[in-house]
Amino acid sequence: MNKIIDKEYFSDLVVKLVLEAPYIAKSRKAGHFVIVRVGERGERIPLTIAEADLEKGTITIIVQKVGVSSIKLCNLEVGDNIHDVVGPLGHPTHIEKLGTILAAGGGVGVAPLLPIVEAYKNAGNKVISVLAARQKDLIILEEQIRLHSDEVIIMTDDGSYGKKGLITEGMEEVIKREKIDEVVTVGPAIMMKYVALLTKKYKLPTVASLNTIMVDGTGMCGACRVSVGGKTKFVCVDGPEFDAHEVDFDEMMMRLASYTDEESAAYDRFINKYKKA
Amino acid sequence: MVGLGIVEYLKKERSQEWRVELRSNLKAKERTQLERGHMPEQDPDQRNKNFTEVNLGLTEEQAIHEAKRCIDCPNPTCITGCPVGINIPKFVKKIEAGEFLDAARVLKETNALPAVCGRVCPQEVQCEQVCYYPQKVDKPAVSIGHLERFAADFERDSGKVSVPEITAFNGIKVASIGSGPAGLAFAGDMAKMGYDVTVYEALHEIGGVLKYGIPEFRLPNEMVDVEIDILKKMGVKFITNFIVGKTASVEELMKEGYVAFMVGSGAGLPNFMNIPGENLTGIYSSNEYLTRVNLMKAADPEYDTPVMSGKNVAVIGGGNTAMDSVRTAKRLGAERAMIIYRRSIEEMPARNEEIIHAQEEGIEFMNLHNPIEYMGDEKGRVKQMKLLKMELGEPDDSGRRRPVPLEGSEFVIDVDTVVVSVGVSPNPLIPQSMSELDVSSLGTINVDKETMQSSIPDIFAGGDIVRGGATVILAMGDGRKAAASMDRYIKQKVRNIISLIKEFDTIGDILDFAG
Repeated sequence: MNKIIDKEYFSDLVVKLVLEAPYIAKSRKAGHFVIVRVGERGERIPLTIAEADLEKGTITIIVQKVGVSSIKLCNLEVGDNIHDVVGPLGHPTHIEKLGTILAAGGGVGVAPLLPIVEAYKNAGNKVISVLAARQKDLIILEEQIRLHSDEVIIMTDDGSYGKKGLITEGMEEVIKREKIDEVVTVGPAIMMKYVALLTKKYKLPTVASLNTIMVDGTGMCGACRVSVGGKTKFVCVDGPEFDAHEVDFDEMMMRLASYTDEESAAYDRFINKYKKA
Repeated sequence: MVGLGIVEYLKKERSQEWRVELRSNLKAKERTQLERGHMPEQDPDQRNKNFTEVNLGLTEEQAIHEAKRCIDCPNPTCITGCPVGINIPKFVKKIEAGEFLDAARVLKETNALPAVCGRVCPQEVQCEQVCYYPQKVDKPAVSIGHLERFAADFERDSGKVSVPEITAFNGIKVASIGSGPAGLAFAGDMAKMGYDVTVYEALHEIGGVLKYGIPEFRLPNEMVDVEIDILKKMGVKFITNFIVGKTASVEELMKEGYVAFMVGSGAGLPNFMNIPGENLTGIYSSNEYLTRVNLMKAADPEYDTPVMSGKNVAVIGGGNTAMDSVRTAKRLGAERAMIIYRRSIEEMPARNEEIIHAQEEGIEFMNLHNPIEYMGDEKGRVKQMKLLKMELGEPDDSGRRRPVPLEGSEFVIDVDTVVVSVGVSPNPLIPQSMSELDVSSLGTINVDKETMQSSIPDIFAGGDIVRGGATVILAMGDGRKAAASMDRYIKQKVRNIISLIKEFDTIGDILDFAG
């Protein structure tokens, strides 16, 4: 049981939760994730750690309402407990001083990007961050990203904030004027696919942090498997970060959609129950 | 047992008055005339639609009948076939005497999980294989497994569950990394010897493979919980959602006062065959499929975890896990639930009982077949698989005849769900977190076979993380062995410290030395 001690709405759909998890707060590094289960009948879902406070023994997770489990999680209030939280899982990001880092985050992918940006900056790199979302209220953690970036570019699909356009447009503008030593990207699979295509064109080494379906998160089940360079890898124990140019994003998207039918049926059941209550 | 060798101890036990009297009640010859009883089972056509237990358990009369068959040999070879060294004739004779609670107590002297072992141990290749009957008179063995289950269930149902006695609590902190069979057996023995035991578990439930792997129809989770509760009453502490090596390192835990660890983290990583289309959706590892159904209760709409289980389900493999998976698929409503196995039924590693149960339940066995490719629909869901027929050639390293593909024999069948059950590899998390740990090329932890001690003296290991993939009972045997040798190791360490201290003249000298 992990108690929620702070909650903030970034938008109607995106919620920040700060929860007690002293061991994880101490052990986590940039790139790590946790597995969370809401309630004793809940499913196990992976979520990346956005921030940690060593003194308070807390970690911060950012959740977007996409299905029953994430809605249940977002509906928890300060003082409530999350039934299970385990981690930190995965390999931490390999951080070193490389020169200039281009960090590209989309939607709630900006949450896991934050500690990576912070770590690269602390290692002495110049960091340029490009944040993207459909619209203004889905741009999250801008202030925190700014704290650890030399420059921040905001892109929205509808132009309601920053520049109108896709993340790749914002990135290409930077790539054309700066010598980039490494690109790191976190966001929806489709976005990372196009980021990878762009940076491949410019031959820029690129790391993508993948968020796949998981059950145990410790290597046991293989639900999270993806093809990287033609070989099957487990995101939970081999990742979550891989060479973006080697990842088969189409296969990853196909696997992410495994339960679309089951999820929408579960969503309908949940909403009906919710309405009755 | 202290001060006596095992043979003398058993002799002394056997010569106790009650045992002598029982033997005199019925001549050995008359005992051998009794037929081995059958385990009552749920009707196959009914049970393949539900998740309640297949085996229903012996009645008291059936149990006493079976116990009478045991002739109480002067040289009980059955015990040598038991990885945890249960005093088998003693508990069997307690059943014959109608002292069922005592029988359960005898079991718990050496076995922390009798209700589990009575259900899932492969007795036919252990205690029952070396029983007097098959060895000497070519008759079916005493059904020791059924009797073990009977005694354990009787005790639980009686509400008079005994808690094993604990010798003086010594307060020395030790931990098990993993709460599967190795960890639980280790914890039970260490607690009995007075240690302050904590069991760390990565998942949200205690029990490891007993919970996520073995289905309800073979081992209800509730049975596992009863045995875990006894360990709790013995003072064992359980911490779930804690991955040693990730949540905190072994070094950090040592700072919290732990002096030694037993790694029983299991064989976590599922093997795939690396054939085209294997990452299509609807294709699971057996670990994932069984975890979704057993641990996450995906078949129950009240639970959030989904599972895809279609009309045509193919399970690849011939082990117990494959049988568990295919029988689960049948219960989830598959019209065709198929085993695809590359050798013949004779070479199948699954227990005979599981194979027979599966056949009775309407499972199709496509033996001497091997998948070579999966094909999917436009959404990426598997819809067909290409199979190759096989024939058996010369024996390979395992002694089983090697399957050889029959050229040009490919054909395609419709499937919408596939479960790949072709073995597991050791979980890499612990070895990854301890660089000094000596690990084999296969990823298993290398230990001294006698002591279960690893290359790091304070770390012991047992079960699948050492063996690569074995049985519940072998893991439990390892856990017990690790407990016994860890106890010796810790006591020797204490003796070394005491003798070191004795070399000093004053406490001041000791403090000076300690700095």
